[in-house]
Amino acid sequence: MNHQSDNSSPEQPAADDALAAATDASDAYTVSARAAAILLVFALLATAMMAMVYRATQAPIAASTAQERLRRINEVLAPAEYDNDLLRDALSIPPEPALGLASGSEVLRARARGQPVALIFEAIAPDGYGGAIRLLVGVRADGRLSGVRVLEHKETPGLGDYIDPARDRRRARPWIEQFVGTSHAELGDAGFRVRKDGGQFDAVTGATVTARAVTVAVGRAAAWAHAHRAELFAASLSGTERP
Amino acid sequence: MNVDFKEIAVRGIWRQNTGLVQLLGLCPILAVSNELVNGVSLALATVLVMTLSSATVAALRGFIPHEIRIPVFMLIIATLVTVLEMAMHAWLHALHQVLGIFLPLIVTNCIVLARVEAFAAKNGPVAAAWDGAMMGVGLVLVLAVLGGARELLGAGTLFNGIERILPAAQPWRVLPDAYPGFLLAILPPGAFILLGVLIAARNAIVMRRTSQAAGVPAAA
Repeated sequence: MNHQSDNSSPEQPAADDALAAATDASDAYTVSARAAAILLVFALLATAMMAMVYRATQAPIAASTAQERLRRINEVLAPAEYDNDLLRDALSIPPEPALGLASGSEVLRARARGQPVALIFEAIAPDGYGGAIRLLVGVRADGRLSGVRVLEHKETPGLGDYIDPARDRRRARPWIEQFVGTSHAELGDAGFRVRKDGGQFDAVTGATVTARAVTVAVGRAAAWAHAHRAELFAASLSGTERP
Repeated sequence: MNVDFKEIAVRGIWRQNTGLVQLLGLCPILAVSNELVNGVSLALATVLVMTLSSATVAALRGFIPHEIRIPVFMLIIATLVTVLEMAMHAWLHALHQVLGIFLPLIVTNCIVLARVEAFAAKNGPVAAAWDGAMMGVGLVLVLAVLGGARELLGAGTLFNGIERILPAAQPWRVLPDAYPGFLLAILPPGAFILLGVLIAARNAIVMRRTSQAAGVPAAA
């Protein structure tokens, strides 16, 4: 603070003003410091409260997330079809371009009495209308799809979100169910397209981009699983090398 | 302090309705009103946040310096929403699935901050909680009507997705399966248009009442 030295005028009132300004400044400083301290206290209280709730909810959130994951898996492959502990028979795979995966992932292997039943894994359709669409795909040992579910998407609500059966208006036969039983070995890349592009799969009018992205991604995933099925089923859990 | 609870309720639900009069919080109104269940679920979560944040601010108002009141209000609202989001994720997983990304966005709904600033900061906790709840109830009603109308027009159903919250309940297929759907109602422009219709309807009621009170026959 150099109000006094700044003040070159010798007049008394100006000096008073300078003094007043200095007092105001120190008042403002006190007010600011007090406000900052109070804000800090509120911030600490808020953080402490959120930390407590985080600790209390962490375990239930993890449990409900795992339950949700199992529910999705059951929708892709009925639990009655296999007898192994699917979630523990998970093979780690490196980032796989054919599945649209930018990071490592897992392939779950379903078996019945030791015999291969199906592979369940994630795939990403990168070109949805609203960006990437995350899929869970189940491919049987004979290459037929056991089921497909959408894990995450940003398609237009009410328009492109029919790929999620919970949002599909045709409850009796949701769009995504048409993949069940189809095989890439039979249809080929040309078949795994929407009808508009000459393929075998329906799309909802006005939301073809969404259906096109999912269909092509499912076709690629089915082809990949079928091509690598022997290595994928045989690979031991310790090995993480590329199948 | 004498609190006029009826006056606060009438103001929140009708006279200063957040959706139809103050036009605050339009972002969630447009985003979640494409279906009845979505809209009402988020509105109910907003009621909870508004009640709690108004009560908290009113209780702490003596400790909050005027200069930093807005940051402190935001801190309180954001904390409550985060806590609610985590609790819902842990114990009401189905509802959390439905509301998804909209839940954290309650923080950005300016109606919450508006009521805290305009009412809770100047009144007692009980009156403030009531005010927050009633403003929220006004939002619930608007979102129920808007969400119901958009879902019915757009898809021909009502209560789609209710089975995710109440497993025993089933969505109601109001219009026949052959109904082709009306896309505009589901897309954001449909929300604007229907909200405009609702505002016009409310204004018509208010004008008719005013002219009746003045002894003049209604013009419309």
